[in-house]
Amino acid sequence: MANERFAHNDAGAGDADRGSRGRRASRAWYLLLVPPYIGLLWVPLYAKATPKLFGFPFFYWYQFAWVIATAVLTWIVFRKVR
Amino acid sequence: MSHSTNTVALIVCGALFAFVTALGFFAARWRRGDLAILDEWGLAGRKFGSVVTWFLLGGDVYTAYTFIAVPALVYGIGAQGFFALPYTILVYPLVFILMPRLWAVSKRHGYVTPADFVKGRYGSSSLSLATAFTGLLATMPYIALQLVGMRVVIEAMGVQGDWPLIIAFVILAAYTYSSGLRAPALISIVKDTLIYVTIIVAVIYIPYKLGGFGKIFDAAGGTLPHHTGPTGKPGALIPGNDAAYGAYATLALGSALALFMYPHVITGVLSSRSGRVIRRNATVLPAYTFLLGLIALLGLMAIAAKIKPASPNSVVPDLFVKFFPSWFEGFAFAAIIIGALVPAAIMSIAAANLFTRNIYKEYLRPGCTDAEESRVARLTSLVVKAGALVFIVVLPTKYAIDLQLLGGVWILQTLPAIVGGLFTRWLHRWALLAGWLAGMTAGTLMATEQDFKSSVYDLHIFGTTITAYEAIFALALNLVVTLGLTAVLSLLGARRGPDETTSGDYEDADHEDDPAAVPPRDTAAVPA
Repeated sequence: MANERFAHNDAGAGDADRGSRGRRASRAWYLLLVPPYIGLLWVPLYAKATPKLFGFPFFYWYQFAWVIATAVLTWIVFRKVR
Repeated sequence: MSHSTNTVALIVCGALFAFVTALGFFAARWRRGDLAILDEWGLAGRKFGSVVTWFLLGGDVYTAYTFIAVPALVYGIGAQGFFALPYTILVYPLVFILMPRLWAVSKRHGYVTPADFVKGRYGSSSLSLATAFTGLLATMPYIALQLVGMRVVIEAMGVQGDWPLIIAFVILAAYTYSSGLRAPALISIVKDTLIYVTIIVAVIYIPYKLGGFGKIFDAAGGTLPHHTGPTGKPGALIPGNDAAYGAYATLALGSALALFMYPHVITGVLSSRSGRVIRRNATVLPAYTFLLGLIALLGLMAIAAKIKPASPNSVVPDLFVKFFPSWFEGFAFAAIIIGALVPAAIMSIAAANLFTRNIYKEYLRPGCTDAEESRVARLTSLVVKAGALVFIVVLPTKYAIDLQLLGGVWILQTLPAIVGGLFTRWLHRWALLAGWLAGMTAGTLMATEQDFKSSVYDLHIFGTTITAYEAIFALALNLVVTLGLTAVLSLLGARRGPDETTSGDYEDADHEDDPAAVPPRDTAAVPA
């Protein structure tokens, strides 16, 4: 985005304002990247055998599910953040 | 299990190897650039798009050794080995946030290695040398381990001796020398196709033969408590106590933080065309993570199939030999061998870049020409591979494995300088150096104290015991020293090094068609 680059060079106060406000709004999307860390680093949450899915203990299928969930969350941030 | 010579498998595997060899030499002409310039030989001109970057990073991160070692670990101790999955999930949000910034500043200033960036950001030769030294130290045993991966599958086809390994590595060295990063990039496309086919077939066919995943998990759950890991603790299908939770979480987090500090992974990132390519890849690289999770399950399948491997590393080859017909065995083993060649090539290029840029040009021949720089890097890549080969042929495999474990602890100690530098210039160069030294020392001591039997350490502190990955403890100490000393040095007004970067340098244009992101071909080759 051209006006973001200008914002950084401090050229044109009006442009800079608009650029940084839009940027701050889009930065909130980065919060979507936090849940995977909570969901996966808090191990007692999922160190369980049941409920099973297709014969997989919960511990295993839960983590496979996070692969897809994290990819989707990252993709949303990719689309929303400029 | 001892193996008789399997001619059909050898022919299939040999044919695929010959094909990628031809591809490796042809790569010099692919997206032709002037290979007498390091940016072209070592980073392929920084113009790979999303698809090539996806294959290249996939080949770079998910190495043949991973495919051998992760199932071996799961076979041995069960759930703890599965940390590879959260590790390779949690790494991508980090990549998404950090790597476009590193790419942008490197592009603007012509940085080829992480140590180049550290030098430019902090104006400190010693911190840059520490970063380069750590990178070399961590990468070398990693290259050696790729050879370990190759050796177990060659042996599984019934071929004894080191000569096939030597031939394969000489050929690899030759085309890496002539084509640079283009060779592993092109070959990684073939490698991944082979790997995906192999694993998809394996995780459908083997469970079908064993009576389904339910049976596999039941068998593993019954057997694992009778297995004992290297530290004497029993295996488990599901982690069952606080120590196991702590180990699992910190291994995943520590490994995720460390991965993109490795020089070979940074080389893969810097060769891409734009920050946008890197971001997009962070959303699609998890496809490999899913694959890695399936590969980890091969360890449980081996338990259910009652495989009794001669050494832990032959779990996967033995499993394939038991279930696959000869021709597909050859196909699968070719996938693993080629899967070793790709990262070995990238790692040797990254090591060569580090030596040339941050030791040779910095200390031995300041102001050497671009052509000399590229020539030295190409020669260094040969030396690095020869070193890895000698290491594996002469010394016991255990040394390479121990050093690679330590490598993970060491490389994480470069994180404060690299990641800190991407966001702030507040950290002081001397504080970072002191923190690095503290982390390196503490990490090495923890590993040697346990005789390398485990990368998890029990810290007895304040009357309780905290169990975590050694690298995380070392990093915590590193950060405490870095932050504390920076505060002290700032109060004392100690002089900071000159910073040649500006805050705008870290923002990429985030647009593939932006002329700033994609300079015309002839200027792309000349670093600023």
